[in-house]
Amino acid sequence: MREPGAPAPAWQSTLEPALAAALTEAGLAGAVVQGLTRLSGGASQQTWAFELLRGSQSRPLILRRSPPGAAERNSGGAGLAAEALLIARAARAGVPVPEVVCVLQAHHGLGDGFIMQRLPGETLGRRIAAAPRPVLARQCGEALARIHALPLADLPPLRRTQPRTEVDHLAGWHARHGTVRPVFQLALRWLADHAPADVAPALVHGDFRNGNLMVNLHAEGGALVGVLDWELAHFGDPMADLGWLGGASWRFGASARPVGGFGQWQALFDGYAAAGGRVDRARVHWWQVLGTLRWGVICESMGHAWSTGAEPVMEKAAIGRRASETEIDLLELLLPRSATA
Amino acid sequence: MQDAPTPEQLLAAVARYLRDEAGPALAGHGDNALAYHARVAANMLDTVRRQGLLAPAADAAERARLQTLLGSADDDLAILNRQLAEALSQGRLDGTQPALADHLWRTTFDKLAVDQPGYDTYRRLADPPPSPDA
Repeated sequence: MREPGAPAPAWQSTLEPALAAALTEAGLAGAVVQGLTRLSGGASQQTWAFELLRGSQSRPLILRRSPPGAAERNSGGAGLAAEALLIARAARAGVPVPEVVCVLQAHHGLGDGFIMQRLPGETLGRRIAAAPRPVLARQCGEALARIHALPLADLPPLRRTQPRTEVDHLAGWHARHGTVRPVFQLALRWLADHAPADVAPALVHGDFRNGNLMVNLHAEGGALVGVLDWELAHFGDPMADLGWLGGASWRFGASARPVGGFGQWQALFDGYAAAGGRVDRARVHWWQVLGTLRWGVICESMGHAWSTGAEPVMEKAAIGRRASETEIDLLELLLPRSATA
Repeated sequence: MQDAPTPEQLLAAVARYLRDEAGPALAGHGDNALAYHARVAANMLDTVRRQGLLAPAADAAERARLQTLLGSADDDLAILNRQLAEALSQGRLDGTQPALADHLWRTTFDKLAVDQPGYDTYRRLADPPPSPDA
């Protein structure tokens, strides 16, 4: 909040009229942008919230953009224009997503990105995992089946991957951090020894987990309002999304509810099958192990980025010490105590 | 000999200040992001304090287990761990050996006791069980 009388920050005077101009082109002439607030993001990707006023009507919107001149940090990312197209295609297939209002063009001077509807609901993982939400788990299955059924020909070009490629990628990424972790090596070896065969690629959301889902907590059993954060979308094994969603890192202490801390595997699988998907449980388990290791390597990468000075933010150093969480989760998956004690 | 308070006590004092005084004061000024980072800072000091208290004994036990497992007389914990990581990577050792599984569990418990004692999987499985206030 600004002190009364303090000068408006420089970005406000440039961002607000540019947004209004972009929205006017999208058919929202006469609209006024108000209450622009930065929600998150670093130099390369930002999320802003604002209100769009037209007459007596106010519409809550979100701007996702990488500002002009920003370098792409995640070179494997789909890109924001591709993300907007994916969201629009998913909406057409019946996946709950925010409506894309406008895709930014170069002449708007806002960088790459898009403007979308700001959905009401909860995204905080801990709150969503605070109770059993069987309806939500089933709806996640339905949404994933519809995402995985999208015809690839209608979609923007995305990175393609296969199970074995992902193992090699994680092994290399971990090695570049220079850390020594016997449990990660155990997991990498297990993943390599048990890698499923290549599949006909489907659209994979890539980060479908508790934390990236907009949820109506007031609905009985929960209700999926929107699937967010499509930036890691790619073409690959659809079972990857189910295994990632069921990882221990997104249960927020609710280990009795493996799916995001809110649901059971069976509810997820039932929803997936009801919407026309086919579950391969062995593959889901393999991707659950890979996803757990992936989160560990991501934690490590944040600690590494802090120690090299690339991202000198205190919290990154703290997250570096969270890789151990994934080591105990990997041991529970691969060497269960009941079998060894 | 250095005077009291001990390093552990000094760290605990700063952590308590950040958690109970600085954080709430920042939140009171409406800056939730700074208040959040004060809590993160307090948690980091707690990690340092626990590492000072717990790591010497845990490291010694880990070293002894690794020397037995690997048949090595090496004293350097980092080198021993590198040897274990290589053996696992190459499949020369695997989880079917009870002594190896036991070693990985114990080592992992000891790590979490220092850096993430509140993590759910640790609290469910830790042997011996963690203290309730850890």
